[in-house]
Amino acid sequence: MSALYNYVLNLADNTLILGQRLSEWCGVGPFLEEDLALTNTSLDIIGQAKMLLELASEIKGDDETADDLAFMRDQHLFKNVLLVEQPNGDYAQTMLRQYMIDVYHVYLYEELSNSSHEKLAAIAEKSLKEVTYHKQRSELWIKRMALGTQESHKRMQNAMNHLWHYHHELFESNDEIDELVQQGIAANPEELHKKWDVEVKDLITQTPLEIPTTGWKATGGRVGHHSEYLGKMLCEMQFLQRAYPGCEW
Amino acid sequence: MKLYEVFLRAKAGLSHKHVGSVHATDAQMAMQNARDLYTRREEGESIWVVDSTQIISSNPTDKAAYFEPAEDKIYRHPSFYPFDKEVKNI
Repeated sequence: MSALYNYVLNLADNTLILGQRLSEWCGVGPFLEEDLALTNTSLDIIGQAKMLLELASEIKGDDETADDLAFMRDQHLFKNVLLVEQPNGDYAQTMLRQYMIDVYHVYLYEELSNSSHEKLAAIAEKSLKEVTYHKQRSELWIKRMALGTQESHKRMQNAMNHLWHYHHELFESNDEIDELVQQGIAANPEELHKKWDVEVKDLITQTPLEIPTTGWKATGGRVGHHSEYLGKMLCEMQFLQRAYPGCEW
Repeated sequence: MKLYEVFLRAKAGLSHKHVGSVHATDAQMAMQNARDLYTRREEGESIWVVDSTQIISSNPTDKAAYFEPAEDKIYRHPSFYPFDKEVKNI
């Protein structure tokens, strides 16, 4: 499959799987206002997934539609990073994961809105407004919890210890991506990583949070090696289309 | 959590109008919650949130003393001016 298809599909799957994860909070959020706010975020991100999957389907050029890609693909064909498929955990984990992705998305879409690929640039430009707001929200949650009570700080630190190792994968590169960067289509992962590091570490220094020092780094999503959590999520997400192919309502 | 009152301005030139309230722990959260609850369908382009305790409201028991005396003061309404025939939209 083409380099561009793989690139777009990784972006699409990151949003699709994150959007689905966030939707699990619908109706069980910590309080009414926050429940609605996070569901808004989820819907924004699923909207981005829809546009990106439609683009991937178009690039692929056969009869596999965006819906087929979302609902009929097996887990080893998903290219999302492991971070987005991790369970929601408590609200500290959900919000730290969100903040890590939001910062990445803001810089990613900023770059991609200047992509030489017109459709990708248009999707990025539209999505940038959404993720800019998402980041404002998640950033405040990090501060609020890290600087809040002993309990909220403990939870945010636990989230940090658990999730920090998953962010490196967002910035992985390979020959295909390098080639796309050369062509002015893709965002340079190394540049994104530098910007991400500066911004995230700046926020962390405003809090008592500590970055874990153990060296393990998650990897494998891009080539379909996922954690055990993705399969379970897909079982639920894909059930209806698998059981009743083509079903609409 | 504290209660905040939410005011929205639908478009430039109109005034902010009270639309409801939100719960929040701080002013920034109140602003974001107002955005997420009350502007999902393009209802506004400017938001005010006000700590509910900062609003000084009239007492319902004062209703008669406050508002009823205006009932028979019809001369306060500008309805006794003759208009020129050419003037249509007043």
